[in-house]
Formats: sequence, C-alpha cells, structure tokens
Amino acid sequence: MRHTISVFVENEFGVLSRVSGLFSGRGFNIESLSVAETMDESVSRMTIVTSGNDQIIEQILKQLNKLISVIKVVDLTGVETVDRELVLVKVNADPETKAEVLRLVDIFRAKIVDVAPRCYTVEMTGDEAKVKAFLQLLRPVGIKEVVRTGLVSIARGM
Amino acid sequence: MKMNGAEIFVKALGDLGVDVVFGYPGGAVLHIYDELFKNTKVRHYLTRHEQGAVHMADGYARASGRTGVALVTSGPGATNTVTGIATAYMDSIPIVVFTGQVPTLMIGNDAFQEADIVGITRPCTKHNYLVKETKDLARIVKEAFFLASTGRPGPVLVDIPKDVLMNSAEYLLPKEVSVRGYHPNYEGHPKQVESAIRLLMEKERPVLYVGGGIILSSAASLLTEFARILGIPVTTTLMGMGAYPGTDPLNMGMLGMHGTYHANMAISHSDLILALGARFDDRVTGKIDEFAPHAKIIHVDIDPTSIQKNVPVDIPIVGDLKDVLKKMIKLVKGTKEAAQYREKIAPWREQIGKWARTHPLSYKKSAGKIKPQYVVEKIYEITKGDAIIATEVGQNQMWAAQFYKYDRPRTFLSSGGLGTMGYGFPAAIGAQVANPGKLVVDIAGDGSIQMNIQELATAVQYRLPVKVVILNNGVLGMVRQWQELFFQGKYSQTCLPQIPDFVKLAEAYGAAGFRATRTEEVAGVLKKGFAAKGPAFIDIVCDPNEMVYPMVPAGAPLTKMLLV
Repeated sequence: MRHTISVFVENEFGVLSRVSGLFSGRGFNIESLSVAETMDESVSRMTIVTSGNDQIIEQILKQLNKLISVIKVVDLTGVETVDRELVLVKVNADPETKAEVLRLVDIFRAKIVDVAPRCYTVEMTGDEAKVKAFLQLLRPVGIKEVVRTGLVSIARGM
Repeated sequence: MKMNGAEIFVKALGDLGVDVVFGYPGGAVLHIYDELFKNTKVRHYLTRHEQGAVHMADGYARASGRTGVALVTSGPGATNTVTGIATAYMDSIPIVVFTGQVPTLMIGNDAFQEADIVGITRPCTKHNYLVKETKDLARIVKEAFFLASTGRPGPVLVDIPKDVLMNSAEYLLPKEVSVRGYHPNYEGHPKQVESAIRLLMEKERPVLYVGGGIILSSAASLLTEFARILGIPVTTTLMGMGAYPGTDPLNMGMLGMHGTYHANMAISHSDLILALGARFDDRVTGKIDEFAPHAKIIHVDIDPTSIQKNVPVDIPIVGDLKDVLKKMIKLVKGTKEAAQYREKIAPWREQIGKWARTHPLSYKKSAGKIKPQYVVEKIYEITKGDAIIATEVGQNQMWAAQFYKYDRPRTFLSSGGLGTMGYGFPAAIGAQVANPGKLVVDIAGDGSIQMNIQELATAVQYRLPVKVVILNNGVLGMVRQWQELFFQGKYSQTCLPQIPDFVKLAEAYGAAGFRATRTEEVAGVLKKGFAAKGPAFIDIVCDPNEMVYPMVPAGAPLTKMLLV
C-alpha cells in the first residue's frame, strides 16, 4: 500500500543522504521525495511517498524515527489531507495546437509562464490525479519536457 | 580563555573521564598528538593498524561497560576503521571514533589523504559528525559520548578537519546534552509488562530467549533472579553468552545454527518465547516461517526497530531490560502463583532434560590428532571459567561458545553480527587494558589470527599479557565445513598451505611461543602459556577434519539439525 509520510528533520548538511541512504540501504522504495525549510529555519520538512506492506511501512516509520537527525515522523495515510504537486510542462504550441493548449490550461486552472515561438511552458498544481489527467490530455499535443516537484501533503484542519 | 581545537579536544576527553585512547597518528591529527604529548590524563595506546585500534576500543568497551575510544588520521587512517566500526554497529557496542580530516577549505577537492568518512560510515554508525567550527568541538565530543552510550548503544564517528584543530575558541563543554531528535524509551509500559506476565503464566512450555541486550543493559543479575523465580529454561544467543550463568541448570546453552540440540528443540516446541534484548537474527531462527511454530512471542527491546522486524510479535515492550525485568520481578516475586507456575512447568523442564541427555554437545575423541573442542574444554578447566575469552570468527568461535561456560557477563567477546575475522586478538588487547589483572585469552584459528597479527607488537610494547590459543588446523575451517557438507568436498581456496611458524613468529615480536602437536601435551602447554609473563601465542596443531555440530543448514528449520 502507498503511504505519504511527513518527516521533520534537522536542517543541516547530510540529512537528505541519511534519509535516502536509509531507504536504499534497507531496500525500501521511494516514489517521490520533496524537502524544504519550515517556518523554523532549523527544521526542514520532507514529504516522502513510499509503498510496502504493513510490516515494511512499520519498519520505515521506526527506522526514520531512529535517525538522530529526524525530529518527528508523521504517517499521513488514513488522515484527511490536502495533497499538491507542481508540474512545469513544455508543450508544442504550433498554430494548429495552440488553441487546444490554451483550452486545457483554462480548464485545469493552469498558467502559461513562458512563451517561445513554437512552445509554451505551463505551470500547473494539483493532486496526483489532476496532474496525471493534465499530462495525459497534453500528450497528443506534444510534450517536449516535464518537471515535477513530487507530492507535498498537509493534514486538513487543526 | 581561548584554546585551539586540539587543546579543546584533549581537555574535553579528560573532562569526560576518558583515560584510554587507542590510536594511530598521521598528518591531519598532528595537533592532537602534540597535545597528547603534554597531557597526562589520557593514556594513548599506539596500535599497528587503525582497524586494530577500533577493535581494541570495542573489546575495551565490551569488557568494561565503558565507552571505547579510537583516534586516527584522515583518508586511509579513517577508511581502515570502517570494519571495526561496522563490527561495533552490528553488536551495539559503545565506541567513539575520532578521525582527522583535511582542512575545511580543501574538503571535496580530492586532497591528499582525503576521504568522505562521514559519507562512508553513515550506514554503520549510530550517528556521525563533521565538525565545521572549533567553537562546536567540545559540545560535539560530549554529544558523541552521550549518543554512543545511551539508548541502544553503538559507534559514533566524529570527523575533525585540521583547521578546526588549529583555530581557537572558548572552551564550552555543556553540562547537559540534549538532542531533540533522540529520546530513547527506557521505561517499559507497565500495562504491557502486566499483559506479558499474564500471558506467560497461562503457558506451559516457556523459553527465555536472551541476547546481548541483557549485557549491554547490565541486567544479568535481574535476569537470573527472574528466571529462577519462575523456573523458566534459558537459551542465549552468541551475543548473550554470559548474560545467564553457563553452569546454571536452567541454561540450555546457545540456540540457532550451531546451538545445542535441546535449546533448538525447546524453542521449536515452546508455546511462549520471552525474547529479551535479542533480535531474531537469521543465524538464530533458521527457516523463519518454521521458527517456533507453536509459540506466542513477547519481545522486549530498547530499539523499536528490532521488534516485529523478522518475526511477528504478540506483545511488544519497548524499554530498558533493567527496568522491564524489575517490573516483571515485582509482579511475580514471592507470589503463590510463581510457586505454582514453577511446579506447573516441571514436566517441560524434564522434557528438555531428556533432549539434553539424548544429544549433549559432544565430539569424537581420538588418541591421535588433537580435537579443537578438547582444547577449549581444557582452557575452561585450567582457567576455572574465570578468564575473559575473546574469539575470532568461524569454527574457533563456535567451539569457544559451546565448550566454555560463561558464568558472568562481559567475559565473552566475539563479533556476532558482522562476523569479523581478525576481531578477537585486538579485542582481547582492549579487554586486557580494561582489566589489567585478569587472564584474557583469544581463542583463534590460524586463518583469523593472521588478519590482525600485527597487533602482537602492541601487546608486547605495553606488556599486555594476552594469550592467543591458535586452533591451528591449516584450513579455513568453517568455510571448508560448508564445502564439505554442501559443495561435495571441493575445498576451493580454503586450505592454508603457507602457515607461518607461530612460535618463531611470536618470538620475533618479542612474545613467547608454545606448541602442542599431541593430545597429551595440550594441558601442559596451555598451563605454560598462561603462566608466561607477557603475551603468548599457543599454537595447537589440530585435526583439520573436525566439524562444528550440531548444525542447522542455512535455510532449514531449527529441528533439522545435523548431529555428531
């Protein structure tokens, strides 16, 4: 089963490799990982999407907690959350496809952030399903390049 | 008052009560060595290889319960420590390793004698540090000792760039250490402990499965009290040797791949396993799906990751064994229920006794070649079980575990998790430093002893009278045993035709050398060797065909033992 895990870590050099090294060394799987500073600049927050059976997930959570640089681990699975990912897409903008791109940008509430003679760069945020749908619909138009941030996730309410 | 980094470092060691350091100098740590030259608080033992230094720190820690310290230079000095660190990590031994590093500005430039030792040791340390500024040095040194020795102990590495040692700062050693991501749980949950005792009392075929955690927690006497109150049979892992008296009738000896017949039968027929500071390693469980098929499992460990890692657990208890055993004893001590329980499980003890009598640990005695098991038995007799025994890895290690009885904790030093050949001799030297008056014996093979043999110079230099008994069979016995059993006797690269003359070799180093080639010489030669003033090699030429039994082939269930 897929799990989204929030990991609060000391904001210092080498922490990312401690976490990623734990996953690779123990054969755990990382689907996506994103990390940045929190309001407290001494703390970074990671969002890790991983998968495994219950026993593996239990080990992942415990092993993360065991790292000295890890301050707190929260498994967001089964919790009401807001999930978002940001994606930048370079897409063909030929005279015959331009209209379709603009239409999709409008429907998905995306934004064109860069324009070149035969190419638009589009920014879109959404949960995983929305990102997937957007990319699927853009594909026939001709995607030149995609970059995604990986999922970030936060619990709803207080 | 401002001091330079090297002064801060050595002063911090002294203030933290460190009086022994095992090390090897080099360019990046020259300033520390200059400081040690003036210092009288910290005794430095010059080893002959950095790996030796770390194993000595490890042996010192295992034998004394204090944190061992190693100090080495950057680059190759640092990389040479890796096997020692991984050894300590697998067995949860508290050591702190200090490595020199090239100056901060040169880090990452492939400078002379540069190695990313923090990166290299990340997966085999409990934690590690690169010190970036002199002002942080004292605090980090204190944190390193705190982390190494608390919770589930383990090695911590501190990498110190040369400029950090040369620059000046105020000496600030914090009174208290707190690390916000580190809160080991020492107190077992009282409700869980109660449920555990309730479940235990319902059962009829209990086994105490005991690991190195009991020794690390200094809980051996509590364990003995608890086991005796309820009359529960005990089996220990390799790391648990000495956690429960080896001569006690409740002790079934070691379990697992080379465990005793009755310990393996007991665990396989048990209806309740109380696992204390053990981690269900593959060498213990055999085929995991068929491990203890009838048993409920209660698992007590200070490290939550050990619980539910290899086997499903019915009642997990995270806590320090000292605390948990105290709580357990309180619940049962002096109660009518405890007396009844002891009675109730008498048939179980009888059953185990029957198993023990049908297949006791044994070997075929012969008048000709010396049997290595006989040698270990003689060592036990002559030392009256009062020595500290270190082992190398392989057959020598298993025989040392099977045929010597360990009544006290911290008297059996062996690389259990990593299985490091070359561990025993330097570990014995470290143990001798911690226990100057004691007889320390390394039970070795002719293969293993050659892996850190250079440390004989260290033993001679510091007059550390470690005795090395070499069970010299001219082969890499354990690997050869597998080839014999599972590879149709094709001894690929396991014969050692070029074995040095260990007696001459010992003498060349300034130590004493002894040799026995016939069974009737063994006792006399051992006595002479043990009586020698300084370090001694005692070369016992053994039967190369002898194998370690019982043996559970890898991947087989514990009940499928090959017997003598």
